Amino acid sequence: MDLAFTKEEVAFREEVRAFFRDNVPPDTRRKMQEGRHLSKEEMVTWWRILNKKGWGVSHWPKEYGGTGWTSVQHYIFNEELQAYPAPQPLAFGVSMVGPVIYTFGNEEQKKQYLPRIASVDDWWCQGFSEPGSGSDLASLRTKAERKGDKWIINGQKTWTTLAQHADMIFCLCRTDPSAKKQMGISFIVFSMKSKGVTVRPIQTIDGGVEVNEVFFDNVEVPIENLIGEENKGWDYAKFLLGNERTGIARVGVSKERLRRIKELASKVESGGRPVIQDPTFREKLSACEIELKALELTQLRVVADEGKHGKGKPNPASSVLKIKGSEIQQTTTELLMEVIGPFAAPYDVHGDDGSNEAMDWTAQIAPSYFNNRKVSIYGGSNEIQRNIIAKAVLGL
Amino acid sequence: MDFDLSEEQRLLKESIDGLLTDSYDFEQRKKYMQEKGGWSKAVWSKLAEQGLLGLPFTEADGGFGAGGVETMIVMEALGKALVLEPYLATVVIGGGFLRHGGSAEQKAAHIPGIIDGSKTFAFAQLEKNSRYDLFDVATTAKKKGSAYVIDGEKFVVLNGENADTLIVTARTKGERRDRNGIGVFLVPANAKGISKKGYPTQDGLHAADISFTGVEVGSDAAIGNPEDALDLIERVVDEARVALCAEAVGAMDESLKETVEYIKTRKQFGVAIGSFQSLQHRASDMFVAAEQARSMSMFATMAGDFADAKERASAIAAAKVQIGKSLKFVGQQSIQLHGGIGMTMEAKIGHYFKRLTMIENTFGDTEYHLRRVADAGGLI
Repeated sequence: MDLAFTKEEVAFREEVRAFFRDNVPPDTRRKMQEGRHLSKEEMVTWWRILNKKGWGVSHWPKEYGGTGWTSVQHYIFNEELQAYPAPQPLAFGVSMVGPVIYTFGNEEQKKQYLPRIASVDDWWCQGFSEPGSGSDLASLRTKAERKGDKWIINGQKTWTTLAQHADMIFCLCRTDPSAKKQMGISFIVFSMKSKGVTVRPIQTIDGGVEVNEVFFDNVEVPIENLIGEENKGWDYAKFLLGNERTGIARVGVSKERLRRIKELASKVESGGRPVIQDPTFREKLSACEIELKALELTQLRVVADEGKHGKGKPNPASSVLKIKGSEIQQTTTELLMEVIGPFAAPYDVHGDDGSNEAMDWTAQIAPSYFNNRKVSIYGGSNEIQRNIIAKAVLGL
Repeated sequence: MDFDLSEEQRLLKESIDGLLTDSYDFEQRKKYMQEKGGWSKAVWSKLAEQGLLGLPFTEADGGFGAGGVETMIVMEALGKALVLEPYLATVVIGGGFLRHGGSAEQKAAHIPGIIDGSKTFAFAQLEKNSRYDLFDVATTAKKKGSAYVIDGEKFVVLNGENADTLIVTARTKGERRDRNGIGVFLVPANAKGISKKGYPTQDGLHAADISFTGVEVGSDAAIGNPEDALDLIERVVDEARVALCAEAVGAMDESLKETVEYIKTRKQFGVAIGSFQSLQHRASDMFVAAEQARSMSMFATMAGDFADAKERASAIAAAKVQIGKSLKFVGQQSIQLHGGIGMTMEAKIGHYFKRLTMIENTFGDTEYHLRRVADAGGLI
C-alpha cells in the first residue's frame, strides 16, 4: 500500500499542467472559472488543440488514436484538465459512442466514424431519454422499422444535451415491439441533418439552453447505420454507461471550485471581516474539503484497482463516486452562494461584455447553483445509484 | 500508488481473522467480559504467540518491524470482533512511546514484556478539564534531587485498572495550558501514592480514574525530554487516532453486514423488510459512509509516515472527522434498521453502536478535529 505517485507520474502531471497552461485559450479558462457557458466554437477550438497533441481520445485503444496511458495517467490527466479548468472532451463522442463503435461496430463503421469523432468533425449527441422514459430507460418507445434498405424512425427523445450543435446522434430505438422491454432495442446512429429531425431547445432554470427535445418524423436512415446486432442495443447501452465510472466523481471540478470559494471568501466581507474568517463558514468549507478528500481517495482506490486487475469487475467502491461526487459538487455551489449572499440576486443583464466589471464574477454564481441541481439527476439519478448499490453490492 | 496488501500483509490478515473467528464470537466475548479485569488472558497469550503484540517493534527490539498498514489490518480485525483486550493501550500507545521516545534502557526493560504478553500498559492523559487538548496538563512532576514527584488526577484511563505500567503526562514547568514544560513518565502501576478507581466503560472495556499523590519516580522514568515532550505525545496520539479509525472501519463493516443480513431475513407484511426501497436506500447510504471512512482510514494510515508534522496532523484530523461522521450514521442506522431488537443488550448490533460511539469521543471528536482542520486552513 503506497499513496505516493511514481517519479514518472509526477513528471507526467507536470507535462500535462504545462501543456494546459500554454495551450488552453485564456478566455475559455476564465469563462469556465466563472461558470459561464462556452460557445460551440470555443469548445471545438480547444478540442482540436488537444487532438493535435494526440490527447483528444486518450483512453481509446492505440490503433484508433489512443495514448496507451496507464489508468493512473488517465486519472492525472482528467484531474488536471478539470482543475485547470478546461473543457473535457465531448463525452457523447469520445467516451460514449466511440467505445461502442470500436468495440461492437464493423470495420466500415470504425473507419467512417472514429477519426471524425477524434477531430470533432462530427459533434455527437445522445438519444437515450424520452419524455416517458427517464430512470426507467428500457421503457423507451422511439421505434425504428425496417423498410427495404432503410430504417424508418419515429418518436421523440428529450434532455438531449447540446443537440443544437450536433451533427450526429446515437439513438436507442425499439426494433422489436413484441420482445420484452430490454430485448427489442437497437443502437442506431444517424445524421442530425436528416429530413424529419427537429430540435427544440429547453431552457433550464439557470436560464441557459443545454438540453433539447429531439423529434423524429419518418426519418430515413441507411440500414448499415445499425451498430452491432439488431435487438442487442440494451447491452451496448449498459456497456456505454458503465464505461465512465471514475470520471463521474469530478474531483478536479470540485477542487477548482473550492479554490475559487477560498479566493472569493477572502475578498467578500461579512460582519466587517472577510467571510473566510467566519469560523462557522470555515468549518463548513473544511467539512466539504474532507468529504472531497475521502472521495478522491475512493476514486484512487478504484483507479488503482482497475490498473492492476483490469476493468472487468467493477470495484464496489465505484458506486460511491456518482453519489458523493454529485453531492459535493452541489455543496460547493451552495458555498459560493453563501459567500456572495445578497449579490446572488442580479440577473446577468449585461452578459459577459465586461461593462460591469465589479459584478461580472458574481453573475454566474446563482445560475451555477441552480444548474448544478442536475448532477444528482443525470447519469442515473442518485436514487437509481442507491438501487444499484442495494442490489449489486449488498444483495438486497 | 497502490492500495493492495502485500503477500505478507494478506497472510497477517488471514492469521488474525482466523484467530478471532475461532476464539471471539459474541458468546465467547461475553465470557471474557466476566473474567477478572474484563478481558481474556488466554486470548492475549494467543495474540502474543502469533507475534501480533510485537508487530510494530524493530527486529533489534525483538519485534517484526511492521508499519502502519499492519497496525491497520490488526485494528480492523479487532474492530470487527469487538475485541476487549488492551491492544491500543499497550501495543499502539505504550509501544508507541517506547519506540518513538524511549531510551535503549527503557526499550530493553519494557518491550520484551509487551511482545511476550506478560505486561500491559495504560496511558494516563485525560484530566478533568483538559478534554481533547493534549497540552492541557495540570498534573505536575516536580524535580526532587534526581527524582520526580508526580501529583494530580487522571480520568478514563483505558486499561488503567489492569495495566502493569502507566504512561503519565505531567507538567515539569509552566502553566496548565502551556505547550512547553510537559513530560511523559513511565510509572509502575503499584507505585506508592497511586490510587485507582476502576470501572467498566459503556462499550464493555475497562478504565480507571487514577490519582497520584506524591508518587516518586527516578529520572530514568522520563520518556524523551521531560520538559518538552508535546511533539512526542502528539505523534503517539496521532498513531492512536489512526488505529482507532481502522478499528471503527472494522466495526462499521461488521455492523453493515449484520444489518444487511438482518433485513434480508426479517419478515413483515409477508416479505423480507430488505425488499422495501426506503430500507435499501438507507443501507446503500450506510455502504457509502463506510467506504468513505475506509478511504480516509487508508489515507490516515499512509499519512502516519508524512515527514511534515503539520500535514500529518491535518490529514489524521480529517480522517477522524470522516470516520466520526460515518460511524455515527452507520451506528445509528444499524439500530434503526434492526428495529426493537437493536435496542436490546442481547443483540450484537447495539454493542457495535456503543463501541463506535466511544471511538468518536476518544482523542478528539468530530467537531474538535473539524476545527483543527479549519484552523490549519483546510486540506486544499
